[in-house]
Amino acid sequence: MSFPWANEYKPANGLTQWLDEKLPLPRFVYNAVGAGYPVPRNLNYMWNFGVLAGFCLVLQIVTGVILAMHYAANAGVAFDSVEHIMRDVNWGWMLRYAHANGASAFFVVVYLHIFRGFFYSSYKAPREMIWLLGVVIFLLMMATAFMGYVLPWGQMSFWGAKVITGLFGAIPVVGEPLQVWLLGGYAPDNAALNRFFSLHFLLPFVIAGVIILHIWALHIPGSSNPTGVEVKTESDTVPFHPYYTAKDGFGLGIFLLIYCAVLFFAPNMLGHPDNYIPANPLSTPAHIVPEWYFWPFYAILRAFTSDFFFIPAKLMGVLAMFSAILVWFFLPWLDTSPVRSGHYRPLFRKFFWLLLIDVAVLGYCGGAPAAEPFVMISQIASMYYFLHFLVILPLVSSIEKPEPLPFSITEAVLGKDESAVLNANPAAA
Amino acid sequence: MVRLFGPLVGLFFAVALLWSFGNGAYTAIKEPAAATAEHEFHLHPKEVKFASDGAFGKFDKQQLQRGFQVYKEVCSTCHSLKHVAFRDLAALGYSEAEVKAIAKEWGAKQPTFDPKSGERGERDNIPSDYFPVVYYAGQGVPPDLSLITKARHDGGAYVHSLLTGYQEQPAELLKKFPDAKTPDGLYYNPYFANLNLAMPAPLSGDGQVTYADGTKATVDQMATDVSAFLIWTAEPKMDKRKQTGWAVLGFLLFATVLAYLAKKNVWADKH
Repeated sequence: MSFPWANEYKPANGLTQWLDEKLPLPRFVYNAVGAGYPVPRNLNYMWNFGVLAGFCLVLQIVTGVILAMHYAANAGVAFDSVEHIMRDVNWGWMLRYAHANGASAFFVVVYLHIFRGFFYSSYKAPREMIWLLGVVIFLLMMATAFMGYVLPWGQMSFWGAKVITGLFGAIPVVGEPLQVWLLGGYAPDNAALNRFFSLHFLLPFVIAGVIILHIWALHIPGSSNPTGVEVKTESDTVPFHPYYTAKDGFGLGIFLLIYCAVLFFAPNMLGHPDNYIPANPLSTPAHIVPEWYFWPFYAILRAFTSDFFFIPAKLMGVLAMFSAILVWFFLPWLDTSPVRSGHYRPLFRKFFWLLLIDVAVLGYCGGAPAAEPFVMISQIASMYYFLHFLVILPLVSSIEKPEPLPFSITEAVLGKDESAVLNANPAAA
Repeated sequence: MVRLFGPLVGLFFAVALLWSFGNGAYTAIKEPAAATAEHEFHLHPKEVKFASDGAFGKFDKQQLQRGFQVYKEVCSTCHSLKHVAFRDLAALGYSEAEVKAIAKEWGAKQPTFDPKSGERGERDNIPSDYFPVVYYAGQGVPPDLSLITKARHDGGAYVHSLLTGYQEQPAELLKKFPDAKTPDGLYYNPYFANLNLAMPAPLSGDGQVTYADGTKATVDQMATDVSAFLIWTAEPKMDKRKQTGWAVLGFLLFATVLAYLAKKNVWADKH
């Protein structure tokens, strides 16, 4: 679907006309991310992160495919082959740092994209499907990133793999056979490394597929916007190209400046020094920590320190960690307020910022050693995390009195909306 | 359904967390975690400045050569450097002939294996060889040093601190933790994670090596030089990386300014 005033694709010459008749790919692109896609005119810079996430995926695939040409997925030589890339492959050091920091950059922009969704309630009808697919993409990203971190076969690779696959062991009855089956052995070794490499290569293309569905689902209702008021007339929208291509171009420039500053001047800032020590199954690192983007969930996992009735603490932790993400699937039905944007929801807004702080605290505790006071802090923070989504959000939706919304997007931008007033339907207003 | 079960699930996790919190708090009050010698006496690395520090820092080749000399004459008895090849030493300012000579005269030889006769032997190193692995039969496991400065927090300063940090075990420590006495055959060093390591102080006194460039070989100087050398072995492409970085940032800054102006231009009539 598109708005009736969307620009129509017109083939410019004989070749494109011929192509349009046989395979209308240019028309498809024109309607998807070209002048044929009308977008609300009031999007702020928080709407840049979808395009940036797509850019990060392409960056990871391009650098990853080249790295795979030089990497050897064998537990005996994997670590050395990474050092070979760093020292002897032309520009190998740049590719590897671009890929390792690219994963972090991908998570930074995706977290901003998700929190944009939280604040502006982008998950609400009619955009539930976009949100659900987005959560699927995030889960796939986590799996991909985890398996990618195992590939250099350093100490954190090995012990991280051991801890995370060990989580499956917490499942009653089938847990341990399942863990052995997943790893192809009793501990991470060559079999595990090989299948992780295979899946690490496969999953990004699965992500690309789900992204296509994500964007397809987006084009049915069209993009949301900071007011949360739906598009009413043509003056509420601008064509994606050139307006948002220009804006995304500037956003991409800022993103690349920050990303390259880290890549070239502090490439190991976000990594753990222990991963420059070759994997050693006989020597456990003092603190096993995953990459920073898993820290909030890792804190939730470790917050469950006591058995709860007949449920072992470890199983509770695993359930909670997965639930912490699965709960996002239910957001469209937990938040029932008819108003979307946090700008017009005074009470919701306060809890949103509290959630942001809460996740930051969880992140800090997840990266810290599993000792007091971090365990207690993460217990309180995890409690708030679950209560926020499952109790506070439904409650706020029902008791909150939202502030008045602007009449239209155009009015929100210009202070007046003549075209809308002319065609105004008093009932709809 | 979601609105019925959602809050119940939320409360379930919250109560389970409260239970864990309560148990944890009870334990923390009843039996507070005992202090350990590692926790109280371990020191973070000292502040040490290296020529390669910072976004504009560059390796000091003269210093790297001195550091290599310390590695060669002191460290290489026990520690490998297996990710570095002799040819890489050209980056330290050695000529091709000098690199060839260093490889040829290197004490540990390259092992050889004749697949036809099954005979094992050894031969002199050549520039394309990696530094031969050092096998150490004594107490402890000397780690390979190629990546040591990247494998420790603040690696360069850590190596320097460790090399200069040997001391008598403080009386205060023994008073507080009588069980933490350094075992025989280990040496006390507050910069080492568990305070006691198998390596005796390798830099024992001034003048242990004689620098060709006339620099006075104090223990501190030797420690700094070898740390600088090990920063290089861990990241030989660092100079190239920073140099590339400045070019990339310069280009991106220019491109971003253009992108901003383009954006402003396109949006001029829509605000």
